[in-house]
Amino acid sequence: MKQLELIQLEKKFGAFEAVKKISFSIEKNQTVALLGPNGCGKTTTIAMILGLITPTSGTITIHNQTLGKEHHYLSKMNFASPYVELPKKLKVIENLKVYAMMYEVQNSKNKIEQLIEELNLAPILYKKTGELSSGQRNRVSLAKAIINDPEILLLDEPTASLDPDTGDFIRTFLENYKKKNSMATLLASHNMDEVTRLSDYVLMMKEGSIIDEGTANDLITKHGREDLEEVFLKLARQNEN
Amino acid sequence: MKIKRILSLMLRHLYLIKASVPRIIDLIYWPTVQIILWGFVSKFFTMHSTYFNNTAGIILSAAILYDFLFRSSISYNMLFLEEIWSRNLINLFVSPLKVGEIVIALTCTALLRTLIGLVPAVLIAIPLFGISLLQLGYPLILLLLSLYIFGITLGLLVTSGLVRYGPSFENIAWASLFFIAPIGCIYYPVEILPSWLQPIALALPLAHIFEETRSILINHTVNFSNIYHALMLNAVYLGIALITFYQSFKSAKVKGSLINVGE
Repeated sequence: MKQLELIQLEKKFGAFEAVKKISFSIEKNQTVALLGPNGCGKTTTIAMILGLITPTSGTITIHNQTLGKEHHYLSKMNFASPYVELPKKLKVIENLKVYAMMYEVQNSKNKIEQLIEELNLAPILYKKTGELSSGQRNRVSLAKAIINDPEILLLDEPTASLDPDTGDFIRTFLENYKKKNSMATLLASHNMDEVTRLSDYVLMMKEGSIIDEGTANDLITKHGREDLEEVFLKLARQNEN
Repeated sequence: MKIKRILSLMLRHLYLIKASVPRIIDLIYWPTVQIILWGFVSKFFTMHSTYFNNTAGIILSAAILYDFLFRSSISYNMLFLEEIWSRNLINLFVSPLKVGEIVIALTCTALLRTLIGLVPAVLIAIPLFGISLLQLGYPLILLLLSLYIFGITLGLLVTSGLVRYGPSFENIAWASLFFIAPIGCIYYPVEILPSWLQPIALALPLAHIFEETRSILINHTVNFSNIYHALMLNAVYLGIALITFYQSFKSAKVKGSLINVGE
């Protein structure tokens, strides 16, 4: 069942076409990765799904319901990005309480306790969010991103600038979380190992268009490369000269 | 419109206020200094002016009311700027919070923030200068309501600019009330202004509010037409400010500037 579907989605900023009529869908319990060089339209696509940017044309359908001017689905969606921070002067526990309330989480006390345990937040619970290391902050952002048990989760470079150990912790957590919760995940990342490990399907974007797609292994085989990174480099550099 | 979501954003700002003693002191310090300064000025005028000598505290009362307006507007702007500075705006915009809920949450929190700052200063004025705002009687509630609505209106217009143009609009946030103060007729009657400026002043609720304050304190009579005009003008300006805020939000979504508001 399609949780999220983009049909001929387009965004123009003046004469510049940031996203050129792209279409794809994500099913329940599926992780789709958006890959592509900087400025290829990944963030714009995510922002349109989140209602932060109004598309020029095309439709976004969630559970077969087309999004109108009013985004009706934000309570069942969530988002995490290292570039979007939680209030730095609030303690971790305060941030969790605020967002649990904002997303109207039922039995929020239990949910917060569960997140504290699963994401190992107990040692930092009473620290101010701005005083945390980037790895700790990332775990708190992830806690916020799943506090409402989202049916659609959007992750923009969830492990950017993390050390390998913390990056692995986050990836393992996401793998396990996905097994327990049937949600649709859209992952934008530049980390090819992460994409290979977490995603079921890969969309390669370049200059606002989807230029290739398939499972990570299919793409590697199709392009005759060793790994996804080489596929990425090949596609990104294609027609550059 | 859901109360729980509104309360969540209020809670976020209450945590912030609660966590910092310097922040609370800062909230109280400026109104107190302002009121002490105007208290002495008021005392001086009372002793040396025939206009003011039978009405102790007319300037101080005006100063307190103006500070209430100033704090309301600045508080609203500060709460919004706080979200920009902490790079939290995107989290709010992608949450189920509706724009109207954000406006209501910030409006309520701004009132609380204003009262934290102003109540101690107002209380200090009673023993220090023998002036109490309560001498304005029950119309005080309507005057404060009018000032508060106008403060939030200005706050909404400034935050519209922040949404549309980003933090570069921040300086306007600080300067917004100073633009209006000269024609607000806070400390002097409208007739003092050049004749061409008087209609402009009377088109603002401030002139009516402060005209009424003087009328009550000097003539001991309540002129409800001033209060009525102020409230009607407030309704119009608030409507314009809300439309502007929603439009700037819509325009920012089209231009894609919403995701860069904190940059």
